[in-house]
Amino acid sequence: MSRELFKFKGGVHPPEHKSESSTHPIHAAPLPRKLVIPLRQHIGQVAKPVVNVGDRVLKGQMIGAADGYISAAVHASSSGVVTAIDLQPVPHISGLPDLCISIETDSRDEWIDHAPLDYQAMVPADLRMQLRDLGLAGLGGAVFPSAAKLDPGAAHSCPTLILNGGECEPWITCDDVLMRHHADEILQGVAVMRHLLGSTGILVGIEDNKPEAIAAMQAAAQKVDFAVEVVAVPTIYPGGGAKQMIQTLTGKQVPSGKLSTDIGIQVFNVGTAHALARAVHHGEPLISRLVTVTGHVLRRQNFVVLIGTPMHTLITLAGDRDGTTGVLMGGPMMGVPMPNLEVPVVKATNCILVKSNELFPPLPRALPCIRCTRCADACPAELQPQELFRFAKAGDFGRAQEYHLFDCIECGCCSYVCPSHIPLVDFYRYAKSEIWAREKEKRAADLARERHEFRQFRLEREKKEKAEKLAAKAQAKRAELAAEPAAAGSAPSDADAKKALIAAALARAQAKKAETMPKNIDHLPPDKQREIEEIEARRAKIREMARQPLESEEKP
Amino acid sequence: MPAPFILDRSSVTQVMAWVLAALLPGIAVSVWLFGPGILVTLSLAIVTALAAEAAMLKARGYPATPFLTDLSAIVTAWLLALSLPTLAPWWLIVTGTLFAIVVAKHLYGGLGQNIFNPAMVGYAVLIVSFPVQMTQWAGPLSLTETPLTLAQSASVIFGGEFPKATLDAVTMATPLDALRTGLLQQYTVDEIITQPIFGHYGGVGFEWLAAAFLLGGLLLWALRIISWHVPLAFLAGIWLTAGFLHFFDPGRFGAPWFHLFAPSVMLGAFFIATDPVSGATTPRGKLIFGLGAGFLTIVIRTWGGYPDGVAFAILLLNLCVPLIDQYTQPRVYGEARKGKEPQA
Amino acid sequence: MLTAILVMVAIAVVTGLVLGWSAIRFKVEGNPLAEKIDAILPQTQCGQCGFPGCRPYAEAIAKGEADINQCPPGGEEGVKKLAELLGVEPKSLDETHGTPKPKSVAFIDEQICIGCTLCIQACPVDAISGAAKQMHTIIASECTGCELCLPPCPVDCISMVTLAEDLPHWKWKHPVVMLKKVA
Repeated sequence: MSRELFKFKGGVHPPEHKSESSTHPIHAAPLPRKLVIPLRQHIGQVAKPVVNVGDRVLKGQMIGAADGYISAAVHASSSGVVTAIDLQPVPHISGLPDLCISIETDSRDEWIDHAPLDYQAMVPADLRMQLRDLGLAGLGGAVFPSAAKLDPGAAHSCPTLILNGGECEPWITCDDVLMRHHADEILQGVAVMRHLLGSTGILVGIEDNKPEAIAAMQAAAQKVDFAVEVVAVPTIYPGGGAKQMIQTLTGKQVPSGKLSTDIGIQVFNVGTAHALARAVHHGEPLISRLVTVTGHVLRRQNFVVLIGTPMHTLITLAGDRDGTTGVLMGGPMMGVPMPNLEVPVVKATNCILVKSNELFPPLPRALPCIRCTRCADACPAELQPQELFRFAKAGDFGRAQEYHLFDCIECGCCSYVCPSHIPLVDFYRYAKSEIWAREKEKRAADLARERHEFRQFRLEREKKEKAEKLAAKAQAKRAELAAEPAAAGSAPSDADAKKALIAAALARAQAKKAETMPKNIDHLPPDKQREIEEIEARRAKIREMARQPLESEEKP
Repeated sequence: MPAPFILDRSSVTQVMAWVLAALLPGIAVSVWLFGPGILVTLSLAIVTALAAEAAMLKARGYPATPFLTDLSAIVTAWLLALSLPTLAPWWLIVTGTLFAIVVAKHLYGGLGQNIFNPAMVGYAVLIVSFPVQMTQWAGPLSLTETPLTLAQSASVIFGGEFPKATLDAVTMATPLDALRTGLLQQYTVDEIITQPIFGHYGGVGFEWLAAAFLLGGLLLWALRIISWHVPLAFLAGIWLTAGFLHFFDPGRFGAPWFHLFAPSVMLGAFFIATDPVSGATTPRGKLIFGLGAGFLTIVIRTWGGYPDGVAFAILLLNLCVPLIDQYTQPRVYGEARKGKEPQA
Repeated sequence: MLTAILVMVAIAVVTGLVLGWSAIRFKVEGNPLAEKIDAILPQTQCGQCGFPGCRPYAEAIAKGEADINQCPPGGEEGVKKLAELLGVEPKSLDETHGTPKPKSVAFIDEQICIGCTLCIQACPVDAISGAAKQMHTIIASECTGCELCLPPCPVDCISMVTLAEDLPHWKWKHPVVMLKKVA
């Protein structure tokens, strides 16, 4: 089992803090009284609620349906009654609420009917739809809908399947523990992936600081009827990043702006494989996951947690301590601070890390960048972080993009090594979200311009049609007038006839206008009145201005 | 405050402290071979630099503590002091340091913002304004009959008074000066290096000073404070340029080893050209920066108006840094290699 | 002397030819400046600038007939971008044309709407759907928030709803790095 390994550039070696939680057995977290299940737990389209307030739901019942291809369903994690479908706090850094379905559990934990899928007999497209409706999404943290990733696309097969057991972030051990205790089930999931992707080479990459997990996976690999190569890779952060794992194992780099499937490689987290096995062999949707609760708690360990369980119940379970300075979802390198502890565990929650001043001293004050390029040496994306920082700080987003801002994976290595303690990743996140917002704004403006231009065109056309109709009518009238014998003896000239017609039309129009005068403008407060007058004046002016060029065009 | 929530133990202060520590061998050799005068110069430069730094921080509305304790002002002060003649008068030291800190550093925006190396700006201003005083080097002790004590050195620096009858014995031309003067007087290199000031590779004493700076530089490299790119390219630039000239006319151009073992070259290669703030940041850019500075150093030494060219060469290359950086951006992860598809 | 004159004349002729040739070779059709200005304007088509829409305003700026600070929805940032494009000093927004407001969309109270179609006629981007005597609805994703539909409504059933920040529209803020002393 000696495979040539490759080294990716950069990376750091933060203290690991793994053994604190990885050596303890898995415990099941108790059923909470209330579950809050967000509808947005994956990348892509938000799930649409398919239950109503007051409905009784069973464990595993779909409560939010997938909306589109890149989406995943969400399910009731236990039986109970839907008490609300509204905005609730969610584990997001902004602290903004999002649409959630709240379920009052009835402690019966009653399962809905579910049956294993005969995946080998199913049409792959149907199987993928089933997996989407079972709510499968990547459990490594990115929560990309797994069904979409299990589609080999136009290539019809994806030769290399990599199972990512890297788990390079400090403190987190849920994948390690899962591999130690459920290696067989993980490989059952791999069998399904292999079936859907048509993969021939299967690699399991595990960092060499997890010898027990490596041993367990190797033992399990002996028992399956397909070849699985379990590879110990060097421990270095972010060696568990998908792109880094690909390079370590195969020496290939995913081309910038493309997907790994473009070079015939697909990567899944071990947790996803386990969830897939539960879905296919038991028909169970993704309603629970393994969560590491660690940091400043009394008993650091891994729990099987129902999706929707409030985070504070887990911290209480692990034994909360005085001196807590905050809670992170995820590890210390890429984790997200939680706005409060009412927020539920979601599919992306791999770790709940409780901070204290001893474990995570407050970060020192930032100094100016001295361009020492330690960040560039540490950057696994081979970027020049110091330049990106300069551009992002100055708001020069165009240059930031030229310097490959969007190849940044936000791993935090640059911030970690920065001797000036600059929160570099923050600047990249800011620049990225600003660029996205501007693109969105630009699209909106383009749409508005298009709509406006079309309207102008439509008005013009209607005007022309009307004019033609009127001309035809006038012609008819004139003919009529001419046919009548002149009573006064002097035939009215053509021009006079036209004038008379216009005068009559004007009178009609004025009468009509008087009729349709807005009736609700009496008894208005003076400021409202003034506002209306102002806007009226503006409209009049616009009308005036709009008419001028038209008239000048009509003259010749 | 978002992720990451842990930091490596590095800091600007730590980086600067290592730079200062790496200068200690050079200082020790200087004291041993050239007398204790350098200690007076260093102390005066430190005091001036810290005072100027504090005043400028206050004037610009920045907090004093984090910036005074980052040690960057002291690094500038030491680099300038080590470039000056060991018995330079006090006002020369003060003027140079003030110019370095106030103009070259703070008027450009302070730490991290200066496009020129402050110490070299200070040096350049001094050598342009006071060329005579800038060449009054204390000779190596082995060539001096009555070495000066610390107190005597201080009185020379502050009072400008040399102990009677020792003036000529104490100060003398540096090897580079001697070479330059000799060449101007139509002597050949072989004739010039018979003078007592010349040693095995460089000047007597000076070659040991250069070796001490080299040692400190290697320490910085071993600690990953500096990368190998700039020093190696700088030394290569000097060796190749000097070697090329020496090969064609050994009588008119000094040997490459002689040029390499001038103390200013080792100090420049490992401590000044490697200044991250004013230097190139990309690996290829660092090589270009070093080679260019080495080449220009020899050009200025050979045809310029000053005996040494390290300071001017580095300042000129500082000017080119934005351009160098822009055109040497390395390939990023997953980016297509030039002329072929990304390695698949 | 004569040589010098001849050389100067030759240079003048050559330069003139090059300029003439490039004028033909690199001729640009249309009015690219107005296009560029129009690309910066927010396309609300609200007419607050005093022109019937963004495009006429852009043309007026290009011709030098209008100032760059008459677009409240574009805000100070828009003025700055226009100043950068035109190479002039940025100035502050002309308040006589209105002040920037938070982004909002129109909302029709469907209980009150009588289906008069007046707002449909007023909408510059056709973002209101409905027909005579039928309830009207704003297509929120296409509404530019120009407020032109408010005055014509005879029953005052249209109101502007400020867009609250929600999760999909949330943005990372510029990181605060404290260096200067807090005054």
